[in-house]
Amino acid sequence: MSSALESPSRVVESVDVTAGREARALVIALAGNPNAGKTSIFNALTGLRQKVANYPGVTVERKEGVWALAPDLPPASLIDLPGLYSLDAASIDEQIARDILTGRMNETPAPDVIVAVVDATNLERNLYLVTQLLEMGRPVVVALTMVDLAERAKIEINDEKLSESLGVRVVPVTARQRRGLDELARAVLDSVGSDAPGAQWRLSLHAEEEVKRLAGDGWQGRAEAMRDLYADELPEDELRREAVGLARERLASANPQWWQEPVTARYRWIEGIAASATPGARDERPGATEKIDNLVTHRLFGPLIFLLVMAVVFQAIFSWATLPMDLIDRGFGSLGEIVRAQMPAGLLTDLIVDGVIAGVGGVLVFLPQILLLFFFIALLEDSGYMSRAAFLMDRLMRGVGLHGKAFMPLLSSFACAIPGIMATRTIENPKDRLATIMIAPFMSCSARLPVYTLMIAAFFTDRKLFGFFSVGALLILSMYLLGITVAVVVAWILKRTILKSPPPPLVLELPPYRVPSLLNIAQTMRSRSWLFVKRAGTVILTISILLWALMTFPRSEQKPVPDAQEGAAVQAARETGVEARGKPAPGTAAQAPEFAGDEGEQMRQSYAGRLGQLIEPVIRPLGFDWKMGIGLVASFAARETLVSTLSIVYNVGKDAEAESPSLIEAVRQAKRPDGTPAWTPLVAVSMMVFFVLACQCMSTVAVVRRETNSWRWPLFMVAYMLAIAYVASFVTYQGGRLLGLG
Amino acid sequence: MSIAYAAINPTGDLLERSDSFKPSTVSLDRLRVGTNARVLAVGGEGAVTRRLMEMGVVPGAPVRVIKCAPLGDPLEVRVRNYHLALRRNEAQNITVVISDE
Repeated sequence: MSSALESPSRVVESVDVTAGREARALVIALAGNPNAGKTSIFNALTGLRQKVANYPGVTVERKEGVWALAPDLPPASLIDLPGLYSLDAASIDEQIARDILTGRMNETPAPDVIVAVVDATNLERNLYLVTQLLEMGRPVVVALTMVDLAERAKIEINDEKLSESLGVRVVPVTARQRRGLDELARAVLDSVGSDAPGAQWRLSLHAEEEVKRLAGDGWQGRAEAMRDLYADELPEDELRREAVGLARERLASANPQWWQEPVTARYRWIEGIAASATPGARDERPGATEKIDNLVTHRLFGPLIFLLVMAVVFQAIFSWATLPMDLIDRGFGSLGEIVRAQMPAGLLTDLIVDGVIAGVGGVLVFLPQILLLFFFIALLEDSGYMSRAAFLMDRLMRGVGLHGKAFMPLLSSFACAIPGIMATRTIENPKDRLATIMIAPFMSCSARLPVYTLMIAAFFTDRKLFGFFSVGALLILSMYLLGITVAVVVAWILKRTILKSPPPPLVLELPPYRVPSLLNIAQTMRSRSWLFVKRAGTVILTISILLWALMTFPRSEQKPVPDAQEGAAVQAARETGVEARGKPAPGTAAQAPEFAGDEGEQMRQSYAGRLGQLIEPVIRPLGFDWKMGIGLVASFAARETLVSTLSIVYNVGKDAEAESPSLIEAVRQAKRPDGTPAWTPLVAVSMMVFFVLACQCMSTVAVVRRETNSWRWPLFMVAYMLAIAYVASFVTYQGGRLLGLG
Repeated sequence: MSIAYAAINPTGDLLERSDSFKPSTVSLDRLRVGTNARVLAVGGEGAVTRRLMEMGVVPGAPVRVIKCAPLGDPLEVRVRNYHLALRRNEAQNITVVISDE
């Protein structure tokens, strides 16, 4: 087996990196198990100089940073590979990692050095990946983390022995206290250009023979032969395929578990190394974690604690975020007014104020929720609680066909689907993640509340069921339940059809609890929000401006001529406006209807208005008329705009809110051309059902686009949700008519 | 002497052993909470089996069941030096030998 190895021979002195034609910046790859402390090292080495993007065509994140190795050298580029247990598996993460390490990923040359992060408290499992990295053909340096934790558990690691056995430099690093970082830099520089260590473990005699038969020259031949022999698929080349197939048969006849050999052989080597490097190690885990887990994964207290944690997170995104969100909203509103006051009235001003400023504000208003949600997610992940949560929820979510980690994103979607969808990142299996993303918008978000409020205030205020259940509250509850039910059904269908994949297996590490690092949390919050602003923000802004254009053009030239139905609404508005507000604000009650009339007319003449009229035949079976149609068109951008759009259409003024008496009255009084009421309680319910199920949020579309890295899924989502909403609304309205309810 | 480990050859086959010692084997999902054991063999052939093995569940590895989740599934198992959660049906494929440690 492995004998003591000499230190890797140096082909090039480290100084030669800068000598020669031009000083090339080094490329260094950072690899390691999840929870091994890789992120802390990455953050400590790169500081603020990191960026996150996507690899072309896939949803795997590309995390790169700048590492200043030495003052006199150009800074190196540090690539943070996804956390991996092994390079062999077939999933996208492993594929990407292999491509990066072998230089097959375009735009990224093969790394000059691989830094392997190894958790000292978990040596054997961490070394598995290292045995694979050693075969990648690049120099390797081991960064040993959690040494202080190991010491506390009475595990002593002899890093020199370890280094000798592995054949590479081993540097203990404590990222949080910034210890060992310089030694790591020096070790990396020393290793540049040295020989790759290669594999030092052996299979059984039988298997080694087969490998030799298939191998070409040198260690690379051996690596390729191993890959061909033990990979999931056979090689493509005909001759090779035959040779490999025969080899497999021979091995299988001698030992049915022949395919397990590489794994077991590696671990045998690892056990030997670990034994020599950690003499007399005890198998004890830090007592603290077990004690905490006695509560956290307890039969009874576990779920209770979980509910408490979820409640806190939910409360935070639902209400703590409202203050900053309101501030941002108002801030941009004021900015808009200031700009409007400074600039000459006209189209350009309108574009800037109602299009651009409103659009940008509409993007930034999500930041408080995103920041808060990711604060909690990072906190829970870093501390180690997240895996316990997945452990507790797994059975329940699996019954529904979803992944255990889908709980958090779906819960957050009750506040707003945007951060919820971004949070699905924690789900590794892409199909499970997609399924979760697709159903997240069904969780009735806070933007739907103004719509529910308006409908209920207009038609259901005084009704009670059995004497004390308020019908309004019951209705809202039903809407929430409807959303959840449809989500579950859709997830079930998706998992059986287009997103078909084997039920998500659960092989989950429960890491020791750790004090979360504020630096890591801050980095996560920063990069997530920046990604949102940059990618989703641009889409949202574009659509805002488009929508503004749809509602503004063509310009209406005529003065409003109140016809019969308008007159009634305006009259009612005037009266209730005066009564409800007591003293009418100067100029509003008298002037509002006129301005409102202007805006209303403008709205009706615009493309948006024409669209509303165009779709009327389609939406009439749902109980809607063309004015509601305008509302629907506008609210496809954002649900809340239904309220403001309706108030413009009914000439009540742009600033009406869901509870404003004038709007409520206008809605009650609205009439169709034939004189029958446009809105009835049944129509209101139909409208609510539509809003529960349709995807009316361009911000959601933008985020889904960003998270899935294509337009296919967001468009599919809009389409199928629209279809479901239409059918449900249809059934509600027509069914209600049949039953004589409206 | 640790019977279980000595009885396993490098390719995972159980060798001959004396009749007076009969190591009790059981599948991991039936292993009683708190009992120390070693992995004897890993059945199954899918990606999950591969993943479990890569994470250290190979013949000879020390294991111990810590607890099961409130609804009965999944199980929390200590493998080598860390804790792992896996489902009962996946644990069924893993045969272990109860050790005397």
